[in-house]
Amino acid sequence: MSAELITSLTVFMLAAFLGFELIRRVPTLLHTPLMSGTNAISGIVIVGAILVGGASGATTIEGAISFVAIVLATVNVVGGFLVTDRMLGMFRPRDRRPDK
Amino acid sequence: MIAALSQTTVNLAYLVAAGCFILGIRFLSSPRTARLGNLLSAIGMAVAVAFTLALENVDRYAFVAAAIGIGAVIGAAGARTVRMTAMPQMVALLNGAGGGAAAGVALAEFNRLARLGDLPGDTLTAVLASTVLGGLTLTGSVVAFAKLQELVRGRPIVFPGQRLVNAVVIAAAVGLAIAAGATDETVLLGAAFAAAAVFGILLVLPIGGADMPVVIALLNAFSGLGGVGAGFVLDNNALIVGGALVGASGTLLTLLMAKAMNRSVANVVFGAFGQIEAAGDGRGVDGATVRATTPHDVAVQLSFARKVIIVPGYGMAVAQAQHDIGALADILEERGVEVKYAIHPVAGRMPGHMNVLLAEAQVPYTQLYELERINPEFPQTDLALVIGANDVTNPAARSDRSSPIYGMPILEVDKAASVVVLKRSMSPGFAGIDNELYVDPKTTMLFGDARESVLHLITAMKDN
Repeated sequence: MSAELITSLTVFMLAAFLGFELIRRVPTLLHTPLMSGTNAISGIVIVGAILVGGASGATTIEGAISFVAIVLATVNVVGGFLVTDRMLGMFRPRDRRPDK
Repeated sequence: MIAALSQTTVNLAYLVAAGCFILGIRFLSSPRTARLGNLLSAIGMAVAVAFTLALENVDRYAFVAAAIGIGAVIGAAGARTVRMTAMPQMVALLNGAGGGAAAGVALAEFNRLARLGDLPGDTLTAVLASTVLGGLTLTGSVVAFAKLQELVRGRPIVFPGQRLVNAVVIAAAVGLAIAAGATDETVLLGAAFAAAAVFGILLVLPIGGADMPVVIALLNAFSGLGGVGAGFVLDNNALIVGGALVGASGTLLTLLMAKAMNRSVANVVFGAFGQIEAAGDGRGVDGATVRATTPHDVAVQLSFARKVIIVPGYGMAVAQAQHDIGALADILEERGVEVKYAIHPVAGRMPGHMNVLLAEAQVPYTQLYELERINPEFPQTDLALVIGANDVTNPAARSDRSSPIYGMPILEVDKAASVVVLKRSMSPGFAGIDNELYVDPKTTMLFGDARESVLHLITAMKDN
């Protein structure tokens, strides 16, 4: 095992534990926005797709696969953050209906 | 780009992005700060993408811009137009997109490294994991979407020897991936991806509609772990941290959902729950009959009530009844009735589904109560109004050891002074079992489409 791998594994372990602690605090009320919001975060693979496909040395096959990956990851990121924002905008603590 | 940035600068930007994700999720712990948290996560994502584009060896801007443009249009259109009742489908598709992207990154990077003859064993493991997890997340999510959208039967689809077939297919996926690593052949890894994709379909097909909250959460976890794999492949901390957070979130939600059904995750995924066909002949438990009621009678009951608890279920989503239920609650509150909503963790088709629908109907979230907080209040409640919820209210979960849902935490509506159940017909719930609540002497049934029933109730209330 390389030193880089040990570092990566350490980062992964700490992030996973931190994730558990953070997500435990999220109330059930917000579990749907939590899912769609974290979903958008998993779209961070877009960075990987850009690194592989956006490099000048990429072959046609690498380019083609990366293109699809960038499209999918962008759908994930843009769709996820927007729909989460739309949902969260609807949660309100008191009645603010116009007719009341 | 004006000037190419060094890898160190970009790595610092990734650190900032990871910090934004962590704080963003932290802010999701309260509905007051949640929207800000989501914005923060989005900013982190924008920073990560922008700095990646500024790297010296990234220079195919038109290529990247085209792909991002297409994805952004699809994503934005979907996010703006999706109905709140269809949110489980939306999240399923987003999971699938994330999984597919992770597998794509692994495939493309494998090809590049193999071409350069620079494929260390450590990286290979991550490539395999990312390809297989990503592949099965992609197709599993599409099947989940098709089930939720009712393009395929929501009930479990099973065939003889299913488990053996599943085992063979996943073994083939892993075997092909290992072979790809041994030979540096991208085609073999592509075949591994295809086998994983087939496995994803086989995995989700037998799972019934009511178990979708667990499945969606599980696929959420897989999409995150696929991202982690891609992060290991590229040795990229932003991917590892982002993926780990999502993996943790999906895993925790999976466990919570399974716990709310009193079943193990393995039982949900491999159990084909709907197999247990009850002898439901439409007349209730042990031949006992149910008592049907009319909107007028329910309106009278409601007008004498001091405290009403509304129990929504998937039927509310199907009938799009949330807005009218909110309107009915308004009328009750204007007349001094205390109204609360009882939300079971697995009501609906994904975690938190009911809360989003009621938020859409402008119900203040301070009226939404989770199971542990609302159950002690049912004994002091005059009327429990069950709207399109079935299994989550079934007292058999408490008393009947032979029931498939025995031990599942339920909303104890049977402890209220009276119960009115709005239900389309007497067909059993998704679990395929009878609900003794319906033959309880204090229960009356208001048959019909949930939305129409609520509208009739509102009319009857106004006439009162």
